[in-house]
Amino acid sequence: MKMSGAQMVCEALIAEGVTTVFGYPGGAIMNVYDAIYKQDGFEHILTRHEQAAVHAADGYARATGKVGVAMVTSGPGFTNAVTGIATAFTDSIPLVVISGQVSLSLIGTDGFQEIDAVGISRPCTKHNYLVSSLEELPRIMKEAFYIASSGRPGPVLVDIPKDITAEMGEFNYPKEVNIPTYKPSYKGNDRQIKKAVDAILNAKKPLLYLGGGVILSNSSELVKEFANLTQIPAVETLMARGIMGYDNPLLLGMPGMHGNYSSNMAMSESDLIISLGARFDDRVTGKLSEFAKYADVIHVDIDPANIGKLVDVDYPIVGSVKDVVEKMLSLLKHHINPDRYQPWREILDRYNGLHPLKYEDSDEVLKPQWVIQRVGEILGKDAIITSDVGQHQMWTAQFYPFDRPRQWINSGGLGTMGFGFPAAIGAKRGVPDKVVVNFTGDGSILMNMQELVTASEYKIPVINIILNNHFLGMVRQWQTFFYDKRYSETDLSFQPNFKALAEACGGIGYDVTTKKEFDEALKDAIKQNKVCFMNVIISRFENVLPMVPAGGALYNMLLEHKDK
Amino acid sequence: MQEVRRVISVIAMNESSVLARVSGLFAGRGYNIESLTVAPIPKSNLSRFTIVTKGNAKVIEQITKQLNKLISTLKVIEQDENMVEKEMVLIKFSSNESLSDIKALCDAYNGGIVNAGENSVIAMVADESKRVEYFISAAQRYNPLEIVRGGVVAIER
Ligand SMILES: Cc1ncc(C[n+]2csc(CCOP(=O)(O)OP(=O)(O)O)c2C)c(N)n1
Ligand SMILES: [Mg+2]
Repeated sequence: MKMSGAQMVCEALIAEGVTTVFGYPGGAIMNVYDAIYKQDGFEHILTRHEQAAVHAADGYARATGKVGVAMVTSGPGFTNAVTGIATAFTDSIPLVVISGQVSLSLIGTDGFQEIDAVGISRPCTKHNYLVSSLEELPRIMKEAFYIASSGRPGPVLVDIPKDITAEMGEFNYPKEVNIPTYKPSYKGNDRQIKKAVDAILNAKKPLLYLGGGVILSNSSELVKEFANLTQIPAVETLMARGIMGYDNPLLLGMPGMHGNYSSNMAMSESDLIISLGARFDDRVTGKLSEFAKYADVIHVDIDPANIGKLVDVDYPIVGSVKDVVEKMLSLLKHHINPDRYQPWREILDRYNGLHPLKYEDSDEVLKPQWVIQRVGEILGKDAIITSDVGQHQMWTAQFYPFDRPRQWINSGGLGTMGFGFPAAIGAKRGVPDKVVVNFTGDGSILMNMQELVTASEYKIPVINIILNNHFLGMVRQWQTFFYDKRYSETDLSFQPNFKALAEACGGIGYDVTTKKEFDEALKDAIKQNKVCFMNVIISRFENVLPMVPAGGALYNMLLEHKDK
Repeated sequence: MQEVRRVISVIAMNESSVLARVSGLFAGRGYNIESLTVAPIPKSNLSRFTIVTKGNAKVIEQITKQLNKLISTLKVIEQDENMVEKEMVLIKFSSNESLSDIKALCDAYNGGIVNAGENSVIAMVADESKRVEYFISAAQRYNPLEIVRGGVVAIER
């Protein structure tokens, strides 16, 4: 069938099963927006900033497991999208981002709103394309979806010059992709797997170190089965919260800079670390030379470049967590003796009893940890929880009772303030039957607050709980600990009226200072089913603890901070 | 950590963006490419890159893995003893220099005079990188006007 390049873009999206596109129009992408106007195969959500469009597509992808799609115009539209693309890249989230580009004849002439999008995005996309003829457009669209979602997932940019979207041509959408240079391997080497299994059978202190790859490969059930069968204790990274279920006795918690004591001690004392879809981020390992000194390492990762990058690996296995753990399970099943690890579990239980995660509650002022736990009690597994970046993010990761994969959505790798609210909008659109709560800070929320308008217009009821400490709290905490309390540019005492702000944009606002007010506000927010800002005033100088100071060894945690 | 010299061959799709993708992995880590040779592989839609770089072995290993990971690369080969490695150089001399001496020098390096003009002659040598360097230093006494070194090319035995 003959159609325009713009129509081809829409037809390709429909063929890929896309039902929601987040985006923002402009000159170079207008032909595509005209085609969007004429079709009804998918909905388009107009965010109020391109960064938010990409974060929304990202939140959608994280919540549903499908590829998220965002669309922007050239030049400033694209550059606004870059933070979103980089955020998805760092956390390996499958996205297809379509950007308009100036016409082919203008490329390289400093045309109006021309910017080298493939050049800028090269280091923060899994792959990118500048479409150079109409004939290759259908193939590129097909490849973009395939590349984004296969192997180690990631964002793919398709930059389309305006004249190509206007040109007419024959549309034949390929059924299959054939990229001879791209063949991700999922299976894992049988011999290596066998060796790793032997190591597990011979270990005394094995530890499952679970990362976001478990969720990305949809292997949470399998990994849980593996843990339950072997009775090997587990830690979940920031990207992996929810895999084991918060009340699973095998789950120690989260390791790393703000990990809990038993998790970090388990890492430090283990004799065999079984890393599944994790990548030994510096926020997890602390000082590398002191990290897991007594452990052999099994590293299962779909990306060979991750293996041996930071930590020496004894059993490297390139493959999908799913395929590899399946194989491990079948090999282990009849040989495993879970009692073997009983003494190890007892040591860890003791550590847990010694220094559990804790906070001091107060009757005078709301504590952020209480607020998070309270939401957990009321909504529990029925909610999807997103967060922004800062102290509130760490408290949420520590204190929310996560119960399933894809329940917890945050910018772990890039740490992008402003991520939470638009990601929550995307998540809610993808999973409309769940309540979506964004835990955010008084700093972060302002970085994409314009999305109040989007959420109001499209009736996307996201509950934003602003844990308001009148500080860029995480930076303030470092200033308290390491900069002699010189609070350089972190005091946010000057504040907007959050309640009025929400109301001005068609949402609801709540001011909360007590537990009772909080309960009432949350109840009302769930009932009202509208986007809201809940301005929760919390204790100003609360710190995230434990803390491994940057560059320190995992076993040297600050467990308390006594103000002198 | 100790610096090592590495020769890496990359076989990748012959398309517009590939060179930028490959070189970007070096630039992003502050690594210099000492020499780079690219040409299409006959009867295919592929190109072959031969890259010489210097640096920390671990970082180079990581770059190699990232090169492999690029969607457009088919294969990455790290050079070892099993490779034949050659490089070429063109040197321009004034015609006032002793042409027979220059010719004799070229002969010693399996090279020759490839062009002779009114004011200058051009000599060419293709050999291992070390030998090319010796040739260049030996050529100094004939006051070279211009030296152009090609990149390294390498092939498995
Ligand atoms: C876009 C961006 N800019 C700066 C930072 C650095 N940063 C990390 S946490 C933080 C403070 C966040 O403050 P707030 O949102 O109020 O959260 P809190 O730590 O107070 O809970 C800052 C500035 C960042 N992560 N992202
Ligand atoms: Mg704050």
